[in-house]
Amino acid sequence: MSSWSSGRRPITIAILAMGGEGGGVLADWIVAVGENAGYHSQNTSVAGVAQRTGATVYYVELYPGGRSQGDDVRREPVLSLFPTPGEVDIVIASELMEAGRAIQRGFSTPDRTTLIASTNRVYSMDEKLALGDGRVDSNTLLEAAHAGAKHFIGADFMELALAARSVISASLFGALAGSGALPFDRTGFEDAIRASGKGVDASLAAFAAGYDAAQRPAPLPLPAAPTPASGGPVAVTIGLSRPVDPAEEAATAAEKRREEQAVRDPGALVGAALQHAAARVTADFPAPARSMLLHGVVRTAVYQDTRYTDAYLDRVARFAAVERPDGPARLTTEAARHIALWMCYQDTIQVAQQKIRRRRLDGVRTEAKAAPGQLLNVREYLHPQVEEIADTLPTALGRWVAGSAWFGKAVGRLTRNGMIVNTTGIIGFTMLWAMAMFRPLRPRSLRFGREQAAIDAWLDQALAAAAIDYDLACEIVECQRVLKGYGATHQHGTESFAILLAEAAALAGRPDAAATLVRLRDAALADEDGSALQQARAELASGAPVPELSPVA
Amino acid sequence: MAERSFAHEVRKLRTGAGDTLSGEGILAVTKALLQSGVAYVGGYQGAPISHLMDVLGDAHEILEELGVYFENSASEATAAAMLAASVNYPLRGAVTFKSTVGTNVASDALANLSSGGVRGGALVIVGEDYGEGSSIMQERSHAFAMKSQMWLLDPRPNIEAIVNAVEAGFELSEASSTPVMLQLRLRSCHLYGSFTAKDNVRPPMTVKDAVENPSRQLDRIVLPPASFLHEKEKIEDRWPAAVEYITSHGLNEVLGAGTSDVGIIVQGGVYNTLNRAMELLGVSDAYGNTQVPTYVMNVTYPVVDAEILDFVADKRAVLLLEEGQPDYIEQNLNAILRRAGSDVALHGKDLLPVAGEYTATVVTQALHAFLSKYLPGTVAERPALLLPHSDPGSPFAPRVEASVVRTRPPGLCTGCPERPIFSALKLAEKETGKKHHVSADIGCHLFAINEPFNLGATTMGYGLGSAGAAALNSKDADRRTVAVMGDGGFWHNGLTSGVGNAVFNQSDQLLLVVDNAYSAATGGQDVLSSRADSALRSTKHPIEKAVRGIGVTWARTVTNTYKIGELKDLFVKALTTKEPGPKVIVAQSECQLNKQRREKPQRAKAIKEGKRVVKERFGVDADTCTGDHACIRVSGCPSLSIKANPDPMRTDPVATVLDSCVGCGVCGANAHAASLCPSFYRSDLVFNPTWRDRTLAWLRARWIGALSLGVERRADRFEPAEVN
Repeated sequence: MSSWSSGRRPITIAILAMGGEGGGVLADWIVAVGENAGYHSQNTSVAGVAQRTGATVYYVELYPGGRSQGDDVRREPVLSLFPTPGEVDIVIASELMEAGRAIQRGFSTPDRTTLIASTNRVYSMDEKLALGDGRVDSNTLLEAAHAGAKHFIGADFMELALAARSVISASLFGALAGSGALPFDRTGFEDAIRASGKGVDASLAAFAAGYDAAQRPAPLPLPAAPTPASGGPVAVTIGLSRPVDPAEEAATAAEKRREEQAVRDPGALVGAALQHAAARVTADFPAPARSMLLHGVVRTAVYQDTRYTDAYLDRVARFAAVERPDGPARLTTEAARHIALWMCYQDTIQVAQQKIRRRRLDGVRTEAKAAPGQLLNVREYLHPQVEEIADTLPTALGRWVAGSAWFGKAVGRLTRNGMIVNTTGIIGFTMLWAMAMFRPLRPRSLRFGREQAAIDAWLDQALAAAAIDYDLACEIVECQRVLKGYGATHQHGTESFAILLAEAAALAGRPDAAATLVRLRDAALADEDGSALQQARAELASGAPVPELSPVA
Repeated sequence: MAERSFAHEVRKLRTGAGDTLSGEGILAVTKALLQSGVAYVGGYQGAPISHLMDVLGDAHEILEELGVYFENSASEATAAAMLAASVNYPLRGAVTFKSTVGTNVASDALANLSSGGVRGGALVIVGEDYGEGSSIMQERSHAFAMKSQMWLLDPRPNIEAIVNAVEAGFELSEASSTPVMLQLRLRSCHLYGSFTAKDNVRPPMTVKDAVENPSRQLDRIVLPPASFLHEKEKIEDRWPAAVEYITSHGLNEVLGAGTSDVGIIVQGGVYNTLNRAMELLGVSDAYGNTQVPTYVMNVTYPVVDAEILDFVADKRAVLLLEEGQPDYIEQNLNAILRRAGSDVALHGKDLLPVAGEYTATVVTQALHAFLSKYLPGTVAERPALLLPHSDPGSPFAPRVEASVVRTRPPGLCTGCPERPIFSALKLAEKETGKKHHVSADIGCHLFAINEPFNLGATTMGYGLGSAGAAALNSKDADRRTVAVMGDGGFWHNGLTSGVGNAVFNQSDQLLLVVDNAYSAATGGQDVLSSRADSALRSTKHPIEKAVRGIGVTWARTVTNTYKIGELKDLFVKALTTKEPGPKVIVAQSECQLNKQRREKPQRAKAIKEGKRVVKERFGVDADTCTGDHACIRVSGCPSLSIKANPDPMRTDPVATVLDSCVGCGVCGANAHAASLCPSFYRSDLVFNPTWRDRTLAWLRARWIGALSLGVERRADRFEPAEVN
């Protein structure tokens, strides 16, 4: 008999989605197409009633022909309620990690499956929680999608759906039609959408975009990143995940062009008032570090003034002086990055300036999908603390304010529940504008003095390390990464930073100093209460090697 | 009601004789009830049978036309007790609830119902939530059928078979004076298919007729000596009558008789999976033409001894597929075979997993092992799933690094009003510097046990959040215990089992009642405290009034949970007050899922009609965000995510608000209450602005334009023409 292997079997389709994404609607559409084409169609799901955002599987079987004509046991074909590993013809995944899950569970296999997956990421909770970068490597998922399917159709179907003001189920349905994996013509699919009667035009537009996207090749995984020791230019990566979508690929390409331009025509990368600084970058710094330096030049000038930029270049120059010749200039590049970031610390003046910039308000309009000319109000949720206000004031005044119980109470009452400021209103904008106008006074503020001293101490330690251990110096510079957030989060970062520098001093001279510091820093970024760092230090003190941090538990 | 209409499904319930009805299993059951002349229906919602209750709730016109009584029972116990109407009167009644949690609640009533037996057909439709996707502990309904001696139907996952099972269930119940349980597995409830309908039938006797003609039989009441008599009746009369009906109506099926000297015995609910496994091994086809004799138990309790002995008579060995544990059927079959002196080899849990869902994979593996031993010649195919995982042809060959595929458990929706409650509780714990034992309950609020809240240590059952904290009550402790309950659980039993108990025993606990206006986790059904008007039910009974009514003195109601700062202060007060007795906080805000379902179309309509509408959403300034993700750790909203840092100097991803944001305000309130960071903003997009809006906007644009001139000019001197 052996009818299964000889092809008398249903077409099997598994949909892996998250609750609330419309996976059920997609399954219903597929059933409708199948039924209209004379296929016996069945679908099942285990969707909890309102349990949103959890991973869910919908399963459809389409059996060609209808009821039994002969003398069979059953009049209707007996269809399964589960996808069977190794026997699924089509897998549709609403997101890249769900495609990975389909492969892991054996639903998508290289001998059989057409895998249609959206390449966008919907980050899982533990990827989002990390203090640093907890994202998994999208490139690994993309590699798996290519390896785990007979035919892989990949595109950012979420983006296509949003562009059509529809939902991802519609663009994925279009991709299913466009894949040719089902023996039905396009109008059959579109009829199913029309028959459902809800948001038909938007759904059809998203369907068409998905259909077209299915004709294009899926994005390829990037080749493995070259090892940094190989010399040559530093591979540009965004975060820890190598880019997979066109937008990120374009950003990478733009960054590469910029690096070339930083060498060829650095003046074009800064404004008119910074040409002297650009010239200095060319004269005094290694080529691979120049793009980053020019970013820092602009940033420090906008943040404070050109004198501040000069101070910035002086600081980085100390690293350029000890740079390894003809290499990727990692130390100088990272110093250029982290010194600029620290020097442009986020105080109330800086936040106010960021909030009132024209391009920022334009960005908000784009994000809110405001039509040209459409009215849009922007309200900030601000919660300045007494210490933050005291920090911004000139040193003497700041000291007095910080110590004044009366002022603390008065401001505390004002800001206890936070304030909502309408940046698009006259009062709100003027307030923020006035705050930003405090900029010239910043160098006389309490915090400014404190930050500069801390920066110099950090740089002195890094330079001292550079004399004996180049890699350790790089890692000390990168420890600035833990200085982030505001209020309590920033306080925690400052404490972690102090611990890391103390450990770095103790590690200097050990062959594994740099690697150990990296692990300690990762531990510092793993949680907010510092327990991971504490544990890592305890293990270090006991002589055990600090284990590499496993993915966030 | 859930602000969601089931009008489409209701229309299908009017399908007449000979027409085809397509839909989910649960809709088919609803239609089958009306075709069977049911006189009354009740039940308690819960996955996977919520849909049945919702459809009936919206079908009141049809029900009234037919004279069918319907109610949303207060609990499964209420629903089961409702079947008492079939004890004295020839009324067909059906109740439905989720199993096994509902069956546990109902078991007192079910036991009494089964003892006295029924005159009218009594059907208990249980939606069994076992296996992948389940949200409850894994138990079998089978145990309840056995202990109370109710017959258990487990039909094949096929719409027509399920419809037939409803009709057969009523008849079997009447033929044997015994209530019948119809077990619908999770996937069968959501199974889509079609069947040929019959006309709806008006019950020959309605509830009205019964009320107007009261009748009683003393020997049906569960009190000695009648209860001793019932025990005898069950065995001597009702069991043989059931066996007679099952056998004569062929409820169980024998397929492929005589084709071989080995066989398979399978629960009806697992039949489709078995046939798929047989197809994969080349011993059956899509129309079930099996080469291995198969006995399909569409009735899994009672087991019909004679049918089993008949089936095994010409066999060397049989394989039993019985999902779940304990292995009640396998034990039963062993007893039957031993008693009859049969030497047939019975395999079951020795070849299959003892526990867990019987997926196509495990069934295929077991069947392959069984057939390879007894009928090695028949296995024609070797599907890839039988290959060892190390074989590159195996579907399980490692093709993706395990660490990049993370778990993704369900969580609170975007805009959920329960998120700010747990944010506030987390912040209150930070402020008081004390962690508390949190006793959780069943409902969406249970998701607070996961990241990022990590609140909740146990969940003892629906409405038992407070009771679950009963023992952890100490006069000498420096803090009190926190208990959580939803409005659904509160009315289900929590008012008495929890609040009443805490008052009576002078518990010091803080009870948080999450009141989102519906029994939301089950699909948004109304409860007593629902704030919407209902034509059919009495609503708007405040929870605070109820707890004060049974003696709570410290009770506060918060009507806007999104005010995190105020809620946090209230938590601190409740955790530190010296007042004795339970402290109750009722935290009210409407379930966002239901609210959006109602308001989204209204808003779209208003915009279309030219009315002024403001659409709010939140955003994060990537420049101001430093990428520490503290906001995510205090919220966990699905719309609050991360994205690659657009700043080329910084490497860590920044927070971002996705388009799915509904503008609930939690981000902003958290930024304030937790003193997070100044990155959050709310954008208010105005549709159809008034002249006042436009004038103000014109003025503002001039003023802002003038002030920013200097700012932008200064920046232009430093920034390149095109900002990277």
